[in-house]
Amino acid sequence: MNTLPSAIYLCFAGSAAALVFGRRSAALARRLALAFAVAAALVVARAALDFAPAGELRTLTNAAWVPALGIRYHLAVDGISLTLAVLTAIAAIAGILFSWNVTESAGEFFALYLALLGAVYGVFLSENLFTLFVFYEIAIIPKYFLIARWGGGEREFAAMKLVLYSFAGSALVLAGLLWASAASGAHTFELPALAAATRALPGHVQVPLFALVFVGFATLAGLFPLHSWAPDGHVAAPTAASMLLAGVVMKLGAYGCLRVALPLFPAGFHALQGTIAVLAVIGILYAALVALVQSDFKRVVGFSSVSHMGFVLLGVAAGTPRAVAGAVLQMFSHGVLAGLLFGVVGRMVYDRTHTRDLASLRMMGLGRLLPFAAASFAVAGFASMGMPGFSGFPAELMILIGTWRYSPALTLGAVIGIVLCAAFTLRALQAGFLGGPPPAGAPVLPPITWPEKAGTCLLVAASVAVGLHPSLLLDWIEPALHSALFLPVWPGAAP
Amino acid sequence: MNPSYAQLFRALLPELALVAGACAVLGVDLAWLSGWAPARRRAAALVVAAASVVAALGLVCAGPRGSLYGGEWILDPLAVGTQAALLGLLLLGLGATSGAKLQQDPAEFVALTLLAGAGFLAMAAAQQLLLAFLALELASLCLYVLTGYDRLSPASAEAGLKYFLLGGMAAAFLLFGLSLIYGSEGTLELPRIGARVAAQGMTPLLQVGLAMVVVALGFKTAAAPFHFWAPDVYEGAPAPAAAVIASASKVAAVVLFARLLGVGFGAAGWPPAVAVLAAASLLVGNIGALGQGNLRRLLGYSAVAHAGALLLALLLLRAAGPGPLWYYALTYGVATLGAFGVIATLESDGDCQRISDLAGLHRRSPLLAACLAVFVLSLAGIPPLAGFFGKFAVFAAALSAGGVASAPGALALAAIALTVVALYYYLRLLKPAFLSPVPAGAAVISVPWAVRVCLVAAAVLLVILGLFPRLLLDRL
Amino acid sequence: MTAPWLSLVIFTPWAGALAVALLPRGAERTQRRATLLFSLSTLLWAAPLLARFHPAAPGLQEVENVAWIPSLHIRYHVGLDGLSLVLVLLAGVVAPAALLASSGPLPHRRLFGSLFLLLQGTALGAFLTVDFFAWFLFWELSLVPAYFLLRLWGGAGAARAAYQFILYTLGGSVLLLLGFIALYAAAGTLDFAALADLGRSGELALRLAACGRIWPAAVFGGILIGLAVKVPLFPFHTWLPPAYAEAPPGLAMFLTGVMSKMGLYGILRILWPIFPSALRAAAPVLIGLAVAGAVLPALAAAHQSRIRRMLAYASVSHVSTCLIAVFAVAAGSPARAAGAAGDALGGALFQMVSHGLSAAALFACAGILESRAEGRGDLADFGGVQLAAPRLAGLCAVAVFASIGLPGLNGFIGEFLIFRGLFTLNALAACVAVAGLFFTALYLLGFWQKVFHGPAAGAGAGFRDLAFSEAAPLAGLAALIVVCGVAPQVLTWMFNPLVARWAGMP
Repeated sequence: MNTLPSAIYLCFAGSAAALVFGRRSAALARRLALAFAVAAALVVARAALDFAPAGELRTLTNAAWVPALGIRYHLAVDGISLTLAVLTAIAAIAGILFSWNVTESAGEFFALYLALLGAVYGVFLSENLFTLFVFYEIAIIPKYFLIARWGGGEREFAAMKLVLYSFAGSALVLAGLLWASAASGAHTFELPALAAATRALPGHVQVPLFALVFVGFATLAGLFPLHSWAPDGHVAAPTAASMLLAGVVMKLGAYGCLRVALPLFPAGFHALQGTIAVLAVIGILYAALVALVQSDFKRVVGFSSVSHMGFVLLGVAAGTPRAVAGAVLQMFSHGVLAGLLFGVVGRMVYDRTHTRDLASLRMMGLGRLLPFAAASFAVAGFASMGMPGFSGFPAELMILIGTWRYSPALTLGAVIGIVLCAAFTLRALQAGFLGGPPPAGAPVLPPITWPEKAGTCLLVAASVAVGLHPSLLLDWIEPALHSALFLPVWPGAAP
Repeated sequence: MNPSYAQLFRALLPELALVAGACAVLGVDLAWLSGWAPARRRAAALVVAAASVVAALGLVCAGPRGSLYGGEWILDPLAVGTQAALLGLLLLGLGATSGAKLQQDPAEFVALTLLAGAGFLAMAAAQQLLLAFLALELASLCLYVLTGYDRLSPASAEAGLKYFLLGGMAAAFLLFGLSLIYGSEGTLELPRIGARVAAQGMTPLLQVGLAMVVVALGFKTAAAPFHFWAPDVYEGAPAPAAAVIASASKVAAVVLFARLLGVGFGAAGWPPAVAVLAAASLLVGNIGALGQGNLRRLLGYSAVAHAGALLLALLLLRAAGPGPLWYYALTYGVATLGAFGVIATLESDGDCQRISDLAGLHRRSPLLAACLAVFVLSLAGIPPLAGFFGKFAVFAAALSAGGVASAPGALALAAIALTVVALYYYLRLLKPAFLSPVPAGAAVISVPWAVRVCLVAAAVLLVILGLFPRLLLDRL
Repeated sequence: MTAPWLSLVIFTPWAGALAVALLPRGAERTQRRATLLFSLSTLLWAAPLLARFHPAAPGLQEVENVAWIPSLHIRYHVGLDGLSLVLVLLAGVVAPAALLASSGPLPHRRLFGSLFLLLQGTALGAFLTVDFFAWFLFWELSLVPAYFLLRLWGGAGAARAAYQFILYTLGGSVLLLLGFIALYAAAGTLDFAALADLGRSGELALRLAACGRIWPAAVFGGILIGLAVKVPLFPFHTWLPPAYAEAPPGLAMFLTGVMSKMGLYGILRILWPIFPSALRAAAPVLIGLAVAGAVLPALAAAHQSRIRRMLAYASVSHVSTCLIAVFAVAAGSPARAAGAAGDALGGALFQMVSHGLSAAALFACAGILESRAEGRGDLADFGGVQLAAPRLAGLCAVAVFASIGLPGLNGFIGEFLIFRGLFTLNALAACVAVAGLFFTALYLLGFWQKVFHGPAAGAGAGFRDLAFSEAAPLAGLAALIVVCGVAPQVLTWMFNPLVARWAGMP
């Protein structure tokens, strides 16, 4: 268990190794990257096997850092962090497998990729809020370079937009945290201690503080109307980056909302709950409608991510343990499925056809030429529209059950979002893969390679496993939500 | 008061070492090297200079501590730490810019840098009005000359003149202000002035004197609205001069004024004025940098923005102690010095003025590109680099000093918001370096080993200080 | 011998789907045979189930009930009663018949077989699970293979039909989901029996009303619509004709034979027990809709030029007749009419099976006709087929007359029982619905006459009669049609005690 932090260090070490040795050959770089990502995943897997579901955060590392400011290097894990660490491990391996064809400066590519990964692990495993924030910001810069250098289309614009949005979000978080620490007089960034102090603040102070921190984190989670970085960024990013961005990095924001904003300012949360829920539902519907009329394949998937993250935010906003557990489950589910969708669209289709225009793809008969890609997209698409048997269904079910208690009308809105999601997914599926027979003299597309197949199988297996047996994760998540940290978040809420 | 000249002499040994080093540089150059190629003459001068800086560093570490010469000379942890840091910056600066475009008389350039260094050291320790002024002027005069040193470049001459005129005016303000303070309080020693101000409060005369000191502070730290020289000087000065002006000079000035205001006046009178300067600098610097296409001018405006943060830290002197200010100034100094080191190296074979001149840097020299990224991202305040913790410490102190309702708190919130703007222009600076293709005809850049060592050292320093801020904070 | 019989029934086709998917590419024959074999597994497992089945025993049999998601109190809960047993048998018969009917040349046979077995498994799962979570899993998953079978092997308009089909039914499912979310929030369980207990005592409506007064009605409406789309109940039937018309013959057989029964099953198993009073209150409207569904599509069918569209409307009309009976019984009746209710309900159950058999047979015939006419399937494309293809004509006649309700065939029994009960329960509805029967007879006979009799026209000339492989499924279905018509007790013994209990229900 206590070896878990080495997942972080392994990623950073791998980053350095890829940078130094990856210069020689792309093959070496990607093998190194895969080796380090797998090593980190094994560390996570071992921790997951050893994990005894307990409510409170379990300290992994705790060392003084800057004692004068209440800053400690304090890593800890509970069921929620572990769920997301597992997701990160899966998405990371799949991302590397889907970038097996990166040859341009592969060393630097994988170095940045692993650096981002290390930061993501760091965020999920941080207990001290300063530590969390440091990792949160470390994650920003690799994103910029990954997109701006290896991306496509309007990559520099998209990268800058994404980075500025995330940085603006983290600036809000920083302001909120510093203010909270000052206002509560706690002068510490240890989560439980700070939470104990900030909860005592009067409601009218908690509201702006909560708004700052929540909106700051939620920017990265794609909260409407701060979501517009997401489609642009996802579309421009190289496949692996968009897999990791949509799959994991958006979860950083949602995780921050859940881990920091809620426990710190329960009264503020209760005051703004309704607003967030409404915004989340608007996001679900708006993004789904926009996805319905996109002509760019990848943009469809990009907007679908925003729509699905709306469910996560809705679950968080519903503010019952069950809905929040559903939100965490949805984070996992969306992480896996968005990764797969982006993998199919970016790697399997775009890298072979060099077009993402649905009208042109319709003419290509990809269903016949790339049956594996078609099948993968179909599975991922149906799974992401909440088909039972896949991870999205229990997640959405729990979120909706939780939301129903809060507001039946909003539940209805979210459910309409599910139908819209089905509509745009099927539209993309029909246009992208089921367009008709390939024209005579169609160019021979390179066959799907083994890394792509392996990555797909990994992601589908994860989704099906959780879909058929959600208790795998729920047994971790639910005790964490009944810990002392979260108890004040749901006073009087039904279990 | 029991002045002991022997003690004073021992305390002044580091400064004397630098002056001696300057003389040695000139003497060696004059006596033996007059026939050598300029590059070798510069190398020799740098070696001698480096030796004297190292010697000075040793003397600082082994030197006396405490209040000397009747309190006019103070060697408290802040002063000693600053002196050591200044010498370190000087050493890094000399090394990092050793690949710069050659000047006509390289030895004299190096000697002047050392003399300026002597002035910086004195600035860090002076606790008496006249001494402070003298130290400041010693440093400033050297810097004026260094700025205009490139006789072949009109921009350099213009920058030198501008710097000299504005700096001279600032000096006049400062001197006038100091004399008004002296006239009002009847003493030159800061602790005594502090005691009297605490006992009697402010008088109008004192207020005017203080205002003039603040104006001079604004000039020296390049705070808006007294910042107009900064972009021009950063643009025109030879890179090694700009590096020193941007780093060591700023650190020394900040410490000097922290003492002047903090020891001499406590919290009386000056904080509102400094708060206004800070707010103006944050705004002007960050917004001004947005439109810059010139790399050095961009760094100039970014210096203005950082001056805003430094002044904010100055406001917190009483509440949080000098720690955040000091940490911020030092790490800022290292980062900006490193950036100018990169620029200096690039200039050795071509121009480096426009941002687009950095195009393809990561192919032409991965090392320079990586170091530049570290420096610029540290300036932007991205963890785990030192710039981040500097910002964090200042903002945390500001908010815990009086909450959001207080002036520092509000300033901190504004500064946090402006970091987003700052990230934009810093990334704009890095963009060509990493994303643009190598321009046609641009060769691979060979980086001299001394520059290599110094730049890597600076970058590593930023990482280490960022990861372990206590290395600096615990010194105070 | 104890074994998880029901799980075997459900999951053997799925295992088969996997196995078929893993067969080597190109081995058409093996693929076809393996698919058929796995499809027949349902009948195989049904044998011990039939042997062990006690029709008179109250409650569910062969129950498997294990914890699944403890935190949501969700269990894997399957069980069998007379209703599910006949439907399992129906699926067990129709699925292999549909596969046999698709044994002609077919692109991507492996994928077809795999998806078909997947579909069969989901239908079986939906008939056997009694906990919402698992039931919904099968209910919803059935859309996926159906969508792909329709989309990939369908006719020219399949793209549109498939999109319409899945969005329509998915929209319905989502309402269903929403309804159950509300039920869960109110009751804390998703088990049908537990919900039915709460529903019977009126407790459920009270708890739902806690959120707002409209919610008991809204939740009922949501679940009703969700189920009604699948059946389909008029006016939610518009997705059906294009889907049935464009589907490959095998899929059309399964859709009409088995999938349309999923909706009826849902109404009987879920809606009625959980919302008895709401259903009673809504019954007049629902009976009206069902009667409209029996009559209007029959009229529409009479005006179709395409054979399969006509059959699709006929299917809507027939299923609606079952719905009339169910709603009329649910409307509640005085105790003295318990016998009538039993008749109507038993008739509805019988009609579910007999419609499944005869409609499947009709779609098989339509498929054969189209395959002989290069895909053209208009009434005008055929004539005098009987001369060229007497075997086809004979078997088709059995199905047509069964659908019309000729005595001696199974359709008669079902309709007779339904209307016998219905005239007591709701004479007006019965009278109007009978008009539907009349139209049905009219257009089906018209179809039979136009296609099989008269001068040879269109593709009728040079028509090739049934090969053995084509005749086998049709003959099997026809035999069952006759057997059920002559000896209805082969079916009724399974569900009569159940029907009696339901009919006696207050």
